[in-house]
Amino acid sequence: MAIGLDHFLVLSAAMFSIGLVGALSKRNAVVILMCIEIMLNAVNVAMVAFSRYVTPVALTGQVFAIFIMTVAAAEAAVGLALIIAVYRQRQTVDVQQIDLMKW
Amino acid sequence: MSNAGVTIAFYVLAVVVLGSTISVVTVRNVFHAALYLVLSFIGVAGLYITLSADFVAAVQILIYAGAVAILFVFAVMLTHGPEQASQNNRLRAPAFFVAALLFATLAMVMVNTTWSVNMIDAPVTDTPTKIAELLLGSRNAAGELLSSGFVLPFEVASVLLLAAMVGAIVVARED
Repeated sequence: MAIGLDHFLVLSAAMFSIGLVGALSKRNAVVILMCIEIMLNAVNVAMVAFSRYVTPVALTGQVFAIFIMTVAAAEAAVGLALIIAVYRQRQTVDVQQIDLMKW
Repeated sequence: MSNAGVTIAFYVLAVVVLGSTISVVTVRNVFHAALYLVLSFIGVAGLYITLSADFVAAVQILIYAGAVAILFVFAVMLTHGPEQASQNNRLRAPAFFVAALLFATLAMVMVNTTWSVNMIDAPVTDTPTKIAELLLGSRNAAGELLSSGFVLPFEVASVLLLAAMVGAIVVARED
């Protein structure tokens, strides 16, 4: 059975949902960032699959995937810098204990 | 993409990617979660190769499996504490329910939509050149501009990277 666009899209949706579970239910901020990276990766899989199956010559989806990678790299760098700064202040990366701005 | 090799490769890579992403969410040790994350990045790069996106696969290996993975390993090492275990908060059951609902909805919509699939057997073989033309614009032999491509988003992305770099250094600095 040939692999179609649906296979890649369902795989992408599964990856996104797994990442969503982690991002919502984890307490360690580093793991939450990892799950956000998984979700961005899932979107990239969908982008490249659309690029291959819907616009195979234009390659626009691959360019979008590269832009998403740029933003994801910037987000990971700033996010991990924030986590390290918070850890230096409060000696924890547990998001339930980082509640200074919670009302 | 009718040969059996691509089909087998897709299913093997899909199992690797899904298994390692599930492990990222379920393992207790944060360092092991980071290693499973690298495995899932490499699996996704393999999926890009089955989609004939060789340049994106190379970039995936370089940026994700290289740079981002090192960043995560450093972050795990630097935030070594008593709560290093990757614990769940009390939202686990609702989060699982919401994500399952989202997956069911997305999968149903994606399978039932008739995409305008335009499948050709031999896609672009020289993807780096084509992507460079798309990113930076292209000119014909006489030097006239054919299309400006994604030059403006490209420049915005480079400014974003610079701002993120400066911001990360400022935020993570001692004192």
